[in-house]
Amino acid sequence: MLHYTIRRLLISIPTLLFISLVIFLLLDLAPGDPMASIPLTVPPEVKEKMREALGLGEPVHIRFLNWMYQFFVVEPQVLIDHIFGTGFAEGKQRIISFQSRSPVMAVVAERMPQTLWVVGLSYIFATLIAVPIGIVSAYRQYSWFDQLGTFISMIGFSIPTFFSGVLLIVVFSVILGWFPSIYDTTLEVTDWSSFLQQVKQMAMPVFVLTLYNAAQVSRFMRASMLDNLNQDYVRTARAKGMSERVVVLMHVLRNSMIPVVTVIALGVPNIFGGAIITEQVFQVNGLGQMLITAIYASDAPMVQTLTFIFAVLIVLFNLIADILYGILDPRIRYD
Amino acid sequence: MADGAAPVLDVRDLKTVFKTRAGSVHAVNSVSFSLKPGELLGVVGESGSGKSVTMMSLIGLIPSPPAQVTGDGVNFGGIDLLKASDDELRSIRGARIGFVFQDPMTSLNPVFTVGYQIMEPLRKHMGMDKRAARKRAVELLELVGIPDAERRLKDFPHQFSGGMRQRVMIAIALACDPEVLIADEPTTALDVTIQAQILELMHELREKLGMAVIWITHDLGVIAGIADRVLVMYGGQIVEHAPVRELFKHPRHPYTRALLKTVPSVRGEREERLEVIEGQPPILRAEPSSCSFAPRCPFAFEHCLRENPPRFDIGAGHDAACFYDFETGAPRSSATAMAKEEAQLDAG
Ligand SMILES: Nc1ncnc2c1ncn2[C@@H]1O[C@H](COP(=O)(O)OP(=O)(O)O)[C@@H](O)[C@H]1O
Ligand SMILES: [Mg+2]
Repeated sequence: MLHYTIRRLLISIPTLLFISLVIFLLLDLAPGDPMASIPLTVPPEVKEKMREALGLGEPVHIRFLNWMYQFFVVEPQVLIDHIFGTGFAEGKQRIISFQSRSPVMAVVAERMPQTLWVVGLSYIFATLIAVPIGIVSAYRQYSWFDQLGTFISMIGFSIPTFFSGVLLIVVFSVILGWFPSIYDTTLEVTDWSSFLQQVKQMAMPVFVLTLYNAAQVSRFMRASMLDNLNQDYVRTARAKGMSERVVVLMHVLRNSMIPVVTVIALGVPNIFGGAIITEQVFQVNGLGQMLITAIYASDAPMVQTLTFIFAVLIVLFNLIADILYGILDPRIRYD
Repeated sequence: MADGAAPVLDVRDLKTVFKTRAGSVHAVNSVSFSLKPGELLGVVGESGSGKSVTMMSLIGLIPSPPAQVTGDGVNFGGIDLLKASDDELRSIRGARIGFVFQDPMTSLNPVFTVGYQIMEPLRKHMGMDKRAARKRAVELLELVGIPDAERRLKDFPHQFSGGMRQRVMIAIALACDPEVLIADEPTTALDVTIQAQILELMHELREKLGMAVIWITHDLGVIAGIADRVLVMYGGQIVEHAPVRELFKHPRHPYTRALLKTVPSVRGEREERLEVIEGQPPILRAEPSSCSFAPRCPFAFEHCLRENPPRFDIGAGHDAACFYDFETGAPRSSATAMAKEEAQLDAG
């Protein structure tokens, strides 16, 4: 397994390099000009100077190599400096956002917590809710519980988050006034009331994402359980006199979890994508919202870096999913 | 195996109906039989004739719904299994009645070690701790002829061949020293040499352990070698029942005769070609009101379509559910008598 993991990690290096090149070229070819928002009154020579200051004067391959150097060498050094107080990155050029002129990674670090809280919590909730629902729905197939579960997950599945989000805002913020409609990221949790405030503002975005993710995971869990409930080994377990609890929660569940765990792991990078829209709707200034803003502003370093981070996440969680599969299913041998 | 011994299992008038959305399927119709201590009872019939459903019904292994299992009683050591609670049934299954199923490739749980799966019933039914159960599991694997038992406990089912897996299944079924072992086509999915090995193993185990066995198969050739008595099933009913030699010498039901003709014979003249029984076994939508074999039967006459034949006792522990009497080569007198009565009623 270790062997396999290392091999996979090595294989993913060229994959990721290729992905980063494609992203870079796409962004380079895309129309849009970081100078577009500069007032027209600024003379063209000045604009040209500003361009050069942003590094846009260089040919494309130099810029790409530059970015790679910054991403893989300078930024890690900055991180090390930050942790150990060393000075490796001193005087070196970091990846700089066109919009804010501050290091991209600093902005990412600043925005990350919001996204992680909202997205991460909703994913954890979704999994915790969906797995038991899937189990019961499958075990009591066609019962009222199953029908209700099917109905709700249909809703969660088919209503896009930008719609359910706005609907929630209209009902709970505008009409009822229970929750704030705008996420206040400056809020600091210091006492009970600010904690409540934080819970309140997180409630709706977390709910929207939870519903969406739980709908998918519970359907998947149900299907996987149903697949396994009809297997011969279940009959064997019953013929051995095992209680239904053991049959379902040991024998069947252990098998059903194999594909579900994989799907949950593969879904982790996806949820960042899902969060882009939800963050827009609820004005959570997390990574998703930052990406949208950066695209509007033609902030290539920011878009490049963020997209690449997503790509790394996808490759990483693919690997994690495969490893989990190998751990959970003794029939899989990777070496 | 004395005739007088009380049966370990006595099934009276067992019926199983599947209530599905497409209507009901009468899979088991008034099946009665008994199993004596230590005997091997063979059950034969084409696939779809209700062998598996019968055996799984009497021990609560058929999910209900969709199935409804009724009957006059299934007596197992003084307990009526049809009235027993789920918990009582669970304490009997795997402990006092062991099961071996057809497909060893899918009957074991792929994600647990073989050792774990053997130890499960030991710990549950015999209250053994981990060490005792381990020790017993090793003994069991040795008993069913798996070499290097100690080490193989840690292996997963996919690391065993088909034949070895079936041996593991047998070890699981025998774990708690059951009084009855029900083997549902245990060799059907195996190739012929492995099949012979498993049969050989069964022989040995019966001699050593002395449990009663119900051996389901669609292969009369297998039955001839191992059974004491045979039940022939068709359309969810027992159509013939006899000691094994008697059955092979004097088959009294046209279905049994047809089945015997489908067995390739190694000795004696070869048949021109193997015979097949034309047609399909029925799927009964209602309780049978006529002989279910009549549509495929060369001996069928008009009465067969009007009444479901009861099991006629023809002596020597032999009975057959057929209105045609092969001894006289004519319809049974009782059938003709009834037919006459009916004719009179019709006339009157
Ligand atoms: N779950 C079920 N629902 C409906 N019919 C069933 C079900 N299980 C078995 N049957 C029917 O019961 C009959 C007997 O099946 P079975 O006992 O498996 O036959 P055998 O073991 O003799 O091959 C078949 O006609 C089959 O269609
Ligand atoms: Mg069967």
